Amino acid sequence: MMRQGRPTAPGKAGDETLTTFSGHRGLDHEEPLLFERGAEGRCGVDLPAPAKMANRLGDLARPSTIGLPGLSEPQVVRHFVRLSRKNYAIDSGLYPLGSCTMKHNPRLNEKLARLPGFADLHPLQPISTVQGALELINTLAHWLRVLTGMPAVAMSPKAGAHGELCGLMAIRAALDARGEKRNRVLAPESAHGTNPATAAMCGFSVDPIPADARGRVDLAALKAKLGPDVAAIMVTNPNTCGLFENDIIEMAKAVHDAGGYFYCDGANFNALVGRVRPGDLGIDAMHINLHKTFSTPHGGGGPGAGPVVFSQALAPFAPLPFVVDRGAGFDLVEFDTDAGDATPFGRMTAFHGQMGMFVRALSYMLSHGADGLRQVAEDAVLNANYVLASLSQDMSAPFPGPCMHECLFDDAFLKGTGVTTLDFAKAMIDEGYHPMTIYFPLVVHGAMLIEPTETESKESLDQLISVLRSLAQAAKAGDVTRFTQAPHYAPRNRLDETRAARTPVLRWRPAKEE
Amino acid sequence: MRYLPLTQSDRTDMLRTIGAASIDDLFADVPLAARRSEPLDLPPHQGEIEVERMLRTMAAKNLAACDAPFFCGAGAYRHHIPASVDHLIQRSEFLTSYTPYQPEISQGTLQYLFEFQTQVAMLSGMDIANASMYDGATACAEAVLMANRATKRRTAILSGGLHPQYRAVTETTSHFAGGIVRAMAVAPDGVEDIINAIDDDTACIVVQTPDFFGHLRDLRPLAEAAHARGALLVAVTTEPLALGAILSPGEMGADIFVGEGQSLGVGLNFGGPYLGLFAARSALQRQMPGRLCGETVDAQGRRGYVLTLSAREQHIRREKATSNICTNSGLCCLAFTIHVALLGEAGFTQLALLNHQSAIVLAQALTGIPGVTCLNEYFFNEFTLRLPKPSAPVVDALAAKGILGGVPVSRLIPGDPNLENLLLVAANETNTDADRAAFVAALREVLA
Repeated sequence: MMRQGRPTAPGKAGDETLTTFSGHRGLDHEEPLLFERGAEGRCGVDLPAPAKMANRLGDLARPSTIGLPGLSEPQVVRHFVRLSRKNYAIDSGLYPLGSCTMKHNPRLNEKLARLPGFADLHPLQPISTVQGALELINTLAHWLRVLTGMPAVAMSPKAGAHGELCGLMAIRAALDARGEKRNRVLAPESAHGTNPATAAMCGFSVDPIPADARGRVDLAALKAKLGPDVAAIMVTNPNTCGLFENDIIEMAKAVHDAGGYFYCDGANFNALVGRVRPGDLGIDAMHINLHKTFSTPHGGGGPGAGPVVFSQALAPFAPLPFVVDRGAGFDLVEFDTDAGDATPFGRMTAFHGQMGMFVRALSYMLSHGADGLRQVAEDAVLNANYVLASLSQDMSAPFPGPCMHECLFDDAFLKGTGVTTLDFAKAMIDEGYHPMTIYFPLVVHGAMLIEPTETESKESLDQLISVLRSLAQAAKAGDVTRFTQAPHYAPRNRLDETRAARTPVLRWRPAKEE
Repeated sequence: MRYLPLTQSDRTDMLRTIGAASIDDLFADVPLAARRSEPLDLPPHQGEIEVERMLRTMAAKNLAACDAPFFCGAGAYRHHIPASVDHLIQRSEFLTSYTPYQPEISQGTLQYLFEFQTQVAMLSGMDIANASMYDGATACAEAVLMANRATKRRTAILSGGLHPQYRAVTETTSHFAGGIVRAMAVAPDGVEDIINAIDDDTACIVVQTPDFFGHLRDLRPLAEAAHARGALLVAVTTEPLALGAILSPGEMGADIFVGEGQSLGVGLNFGGPYLGLFAARSALQRQMPGRLCGETVDAQGRRGYVLTLSAREQHIRREKATSNICTNSGLCCLAFTIHVALLGEAGFTQLALLNHQSAIVLAQALTGIPGVTCLNEYFFNEFTLRLPKPSAPVVDALAAKGILGGVPVSRLIPGDPNLENLLLVAANETNTDADRAAFVAALREVLA
């Protein structure tokens, strides 16, 4: 008898302790590793039979098996679809990770990046066959120069940290050209970890600049640290407390007067795009995370793209390769010998940069236009200030507003509750949210850094605010287990990270090898 | 604007809640001199139709590999990518998630990274692999820095068969990090004496196989010689499909393996994004750059995955980190993992063999042209031809006939008269008899 469509009556509320026979829990499937699934004789592709012919591998032919499992296409598809359902994503909810700019990723960008005229080009095809690709890179470079007010841009760096490296290498090269050995880089205590790590990769020692009571660089302390051995300052603006460095022009002047350069970490450019040009602030180099400000998707950790804009002082040292417009066509300069008056410091990547990301970023820029990009910055800043203002009674903000595109709270409001910043963040997971950035920046205690981005609606922010307010009140009311055992409603409870680090298991091995 | 949800009345309400009179109040910290009221000199916003038209116009000016008989390699390889790969990587939950910093709601990403690390370790014959670098060239540079740390020595010796751009990136990176790089002379015939170049300050030797010219290198004597002097062997592969046909670097004694993973699942993309592979022996795990995903259990004892050994990384160790890398090639790892999963043992080795045979057939056909010789006795899917005239204009002439007929060595190593007649030619499983015949006929014509 056909029973489908018969309305089911609600039973009593679900029993959370029910153990299923399958191990699955409704839509949440337990999924083994690929390697635990395979069977010999299965394959997910159909290939023609190889010919009978002698190989030309000499005595280097592979004698052993690789160990890969055999799986059919439906098994592979189901495996990865099931895995995907264990992930939070910006497409499924607000993702307020401070300093990460988790904004909507338009699908038009994905579609255009997949045009064979971009996606199916070899990096070393004859230049005559890739004129449109070089035009695209050149056009994106133009937008980046205009938006930043900087005269030059290096397109090849592959991510933000790679851009930082590019910037500091250019600074080192410029100092070498001046015949100066300067080995100290100043960076605020609140800097991203990549800043000191990058400086170290360029052989610089890193000297922290303290923050003042307003959460900004202490200008007097900065000036006191400047000297003939200072190569550069590295400052994030807006800074990692979500605040604009209002002394920035004076900072630039001070470092220039001392013979150093000004590197700006551009991770937070989303707050400024279309409204403030870094070139008007005295900056010498700044990377731009296309995967933040210009919406190329984060993809679970990459790929990104980190073009670096340069001032006139550093422009000659920009790395190879770069695109030039020869009037009659575009060309790619790949060697010092073709670089004219420029003196490139070297090469950062095998080919010409993250083309796939360039297409997406340009599609985003063209979609917004000059007017839309300015609106992006304004709405991003408005959204963050709205969250800050709405929660200032319930949570504790170490610095007064206005903030820029992200707002910072500390854990003072949790004092005495037995709930930590980590617990508070994990409880957000049960409420259906990805937590904010926690314990960063290091300059405030138990930091919680919220960046809503401009692509959240007011309704969505109101809901977040209401949830955070309720959580703050629950913590203060002593409802501690809600927090300390969170998350309750995720594919996994808290994971034992200590165990993972103490006895690292970094790959699967077949049982017989163990 | 279609991506911006706030209405004008929302904005007014929100400013009231904040207690600001206008949006300008929120930018009050910006120095007056840097506030821009006039719009920038860029076009206004546009709809999907207009944006798509503009970018399609640019794309149409390029000759896509799918529209031509295609034989280019030299560090970037084209293979058929099964349709399900691109479909799966566009799942929102993979595409639009961040680095898995909250493991409870990132098990999807973490599990595929663990699977990726396992696949890379298996293919390379190494103990462990990381969760990717930007590309093969930057992975190579990081391997040299890692060898410097692990051996406390400064000098890296680069084989003359190493991809020239890998060499350039490694030289640049080492130069600024205070290391010393000694590059052997370019070795188009695949023969060089690296062993005698090793001394007591050698941190590592860096050798590519198949090398830039397509030669298969036996790493075993090199590993032995390096280890005898306390140095490490860094093995490089720009075409990981080769690992389905040849002895793995691990089996030949490599200590670190780096490579370009682009040829599996990722696509050509005009050079990026690509996928840096990085693997090593277990003893070196705490010197590894980049993210590592590890297995653990949750509060209920269920198996799960987390990012681990992060005490190596920049967000914890800052200036003492093993690398500054943060964002890597996450989604490219996923594409690689899915492609390799679809191939499996049988598919991977068969695809490798088909590529090898495609190259054998092509080499035979091309060397039938008068004046054309092949430098390689042994190769995988790429080999080097010596033409009777400079190869760069030949390749341009082939392109004018609609054929992407390889990469001139002079494109990557200009100005060397001994190399200017050399042409790198790569074959793959998508080449048809008609493609090969068209290439051979066109080359014969251009050389006539």
